[in-house]
Amino acid sequence: MSTAYLKPASLEDAYTARAEHPDYVLLAGGTDYMVGILHRPAPVGVIDLFGLSALTGIEAGEGVLRIGAAATYAVVLTDATVSESFPSLRTCVSEIGATQIQARGTLGGNIGTSSPVGDTLPVLLALDAILELGSSRGTRKVAYAEFCTGYRQTLLKEDEVIVAIELPLPSPGVQFWRKVGTRKAQAISKVMVAASARGSGETLTDVRLAMGAVADRPIRLGAVEALLEGQVPSLELAEQVRAAVADAITPISDLRSTAPYRLRSAQNLAARFVLQRVEAQA
Amino acid sequence: MKIELQVNGETRVVEASPIARLLDVLREEIHLTGTKEGCGEGECGACTILIDGEPVNSCLVPVAQVQGCELTTIEGLAASCGYAEAGATPLQTAIVEWGGTQCGICTPGIAVCAQALLRDEPAPSRARIREALAGNLCRCTGYQLIVDAVAAAAEGGQS
Repeated sequence: MSTAYLKPASLEDAYTARAEHPDYVLLAGGTDYMVGILHRPAPVGVIDLFGLSALTGIEAGEGVLRIGAAATYAVVLTDATVSESFPSLRTCVSEIGATQIQARGTLGGNIGTSSPVGDTLPVLLALDAILELGSSRGTRKVAYAEFCTGYRQTLLKEDEVIVAIELPLPSPGVQFWRKVGTRKAQAISKVMVAASARGSGETLTDVRLAMGAVADRPIRLGAVEALLEGQVPSLELAEQVRAAVADAITPISDLRSTAPYRLRSAQNLAARFVLQRVEAQA
Repeated sequence: MKIELQVNGETRVVEASPIARLLDVLREEIHLTGTKEGCGEGECGACTILIDGEPVNSCLVPVAQVQGCELTTIEGLAASCGYAEAGATPLQTAIVEWGGTQCGICTPGIAVCAQALLRDEPAPSRARIREALAGNLCRCTGYQLIVDAVAAAAEGGQS
């Protein structure tokens, strides 16, 4: 049986298609979905959202930057507000794949696929991202921190589409992103750490510390955030962070890395977030 | 389904699954075998073509998504840059002259990707050339002569 293909011309058409065909695959840029396509059974159908104009814009509004779910990474990289206010997101996106992938991959696709190694996902956690989910029943907003509920499991209902990602403005003044892979470009991450903090002066407040590739889903490390909250970065604090990270995560060994390497890298990157502030204040 | 494509300035109609890989349609249906398959996973860039002028991995593009787009493969690269008669762009000639190719599997993807770079940035730094080609793996050359060739084409002022 051949695969059916629906290309909605509007968001309403997309909602209708989704409601009528919950068994179809929602397709954006295809950069993850198409990998290994020859070795899987063909889907019943696809609903192609790539390039749907209602989903591709980026707008800075009142207290929020709204990024359309089907905005490509290439578009995210050229947005002025992303560059000015969300340098951690910009750096993260610039390190995803290479130019060929950035031309097709989308933020909504990364979120929908919900791989534990999705690069943008820890950044969305660190930036308190809110997702707008839409369906024929209406739209609702869900904090990204609540959205991913398990290994490739999300709160997206079977008639829903990811519409937009909202990042609160003003953005955190301190932002951090580092990923470790086998190569600077075009590498699937072994570990990634995203962090942010607000507050004036040297004290860290509203600390967010998130990691990817260390659990079955992207996670925030609440205990480490609590340790950092209200503190002034110091060498001692960085050491405490290393210990707290070891207590907080239990990474696994797989084809991309080993558990001890992942843990050491995660500890070092989290400590780096603190040490970078120490250096900035020196 | 019936899919109409614009490939190298010509209209081609094929019968294909909507999620057939564009790479396979180009090679198997349209017989443009200049575009190569390396990894089939979007890691190596051997299958790079231009969609509306932008480099993409054709192994990851479902064919239905490029209806109405202008596709340029290595076979049409010279013509798309105004070098139909010469049959090769100065960049392609530089790759040959500098020895920026050995087994040749990665070369079409590299030529296509580097051509798009030189169109957008006629005088890129060597670091920028390496960054722009970061998605194109070469297991033979060690990259040095590829970067030399692109830099030479840029210095020549015509690409």
